[in-house]
Amino acid sequence: MTGKPRIVVIDHRSANIHSVAKALVRCGVEPVVSSAPEDLARADGAVLPGVGAIDAAMRALTRLELIEPIKRFVAAGRPLLCVCLGMQLLFPRSEEGREGGLGLVDGNVVRFEDGMHSAYGDGALKVPHMGWNRVHLSDDARAHPVFAGVPQESYFYFVHSYHCRPADQARIAATTDYGVSVCAALIDGEIIATQFHPEKSGVVGLRIYENFVAYVTARAAARAAG
Amino acid sequence: MLTRRLIPCLDIDGGRVVKGTSFVNLRDAGDPAQLAALYDSEGADELVFLDITASSDERDTMIDVVRRVSSQVFIPLTVGGGLRNVEDMRKMLEAGADKIAVNSAAVSRPSLIEEGAREFGSQCIVLAMDVKRVQDPVTAQRPGTPRMVAEAPWQVFTHGGRRPTAIDPIKWSRIGASLGAGELLVTSMDADGRRAGYDLDLLAAISSSVDVPVIASGGAGRLEHLYEALAAGKADAVLAASIFHFRTHTIQEAKAYLAERGVPVRPAPAS
Repeated sequence: MTGKPRIVVIDHRSANIHSVAKALVRCGVEPVVSSAPEDLARADGAVLPGVGAIDAAMRALTRLELIEPIKRFVAAGRPLLCVCLGMQLLFPRSEEGREGGLGLVDGNVVRFEDGMHSAYGDGALKVPHMGWNRVHLSDDARAHPVFAGVPQESYFYFVHSYHCRPADQARIAATTDYGVSVCAALIDGEIIATQFHPEKSGVVGLRIYENFVAYVTARAAARAAG
Repeated sequence: MLTRRLIPCLDIDGGRVVKGTSFVNLRDAGDPAQLAALYDSEGADELVFLDITASSDERDTMIDVVRRVSSQVFIPLTVGGGLRNVEDMRKMLEAGADKIAVNSAAVSRPSLIEEGAREFGSQCIVLAMDVKRVQDPVTAQRPGTPRMVAEAPWQVFTHGGRRPTAIDPIKWSRIGASLGAGELLVTSMDADGRRAGYDLDLLAAISSSVDVPVIASGGAGRLEHLYEALAAGKADAVLAASIFHFRTHTIQEAKAYLAERGVPVRPAPAS
């Protein structure tokens, strides 16, 4: 393929869409911020952002008739980057919501338990887990192009009250410690998901977007070459 | 391990950073985008921008500032000052803000917190409050006389600290968190600008009565003060302006100091 890849930021009215789009612009692409299924169908890669409540996000995806188009996009083997709530939306169920998620990754999403304690300080850990935490990459992640050049034990910015538990531990691409070992990223085929916000994690976070853009470009080129 | 956050605060008037700054290596020390980029490169964990005019006339200027900063700096940005409804908040988020700080508007209409949290999520809503010690709470509570002021030793002020409210900041913190504020930004008016340390009693009292993170503000003059706010004040983050603007200390120095004292901090990014 020639030129820049078509990357859609799936617009389901989530508040962090703008920062995701800005990070992509910084990486040299003009993302299409859209809730139109036909834009997604034409995209080489997509980002599913999300903050806030899971039921509100699922209702928005349902109302916008995006559920099936997202599933088709993944089934077609196009790269999908899911961020924060976008990652939690992948699972069939969450303790937070009454409605199920997309069910693209097996497992569930659970709330942080109350009364966990940190090794530093004397207070209980607060929920949400908010701020910069150190991320340990799995061997699979370190070998994956989307995490290329991301130093082991880098710090990323997190804001979440629930965390993902993939049924298949091998999908866990990165962990962080917040009272328990938290799934900070997962890789499942062409789905790459992070619980942290790479678009708010400074230089190292932008690296993930740059890598994702390069990965989408390479995959699109491979498809074009047949 | 979750790190404690260091947050420079930039006061904005007419699209420029106000409060004195003494940067030697910036072409224009009053430009918010330049300053933001510098702090980001030094390892600031977030940035707070406050429109000190808090007027709707200045709104477009502020939106422009947020837009410029957010296309260059990729760390969380909080914006506050005169935002009175969900539409005001939405415009800032669309411009690239990640969190909205509400202060006076939330005191006059607490449901603003709830509306913002419902629309954008709790992580977007920071309840900011300006707090002052009540001069003499003991005389105000002489036995046999009606209690004329808040029982608490502190009171919340609004409108840039000009208007007393008789609201107890500890109760207000609990109410704000239960309405959906995801964080509290607590400024001690007594300590602000004096560079003699944060109001540690106030911070500890609020921090131990809510589950949401507390950002300490007002009073940083030495690195030790930052440490005290995090240790004795039990704050999750420290906000400071002049200590960084005047280059008394860089963010790296502050973080190195905190790390030495055993506080988990994120190291400055490799450039």
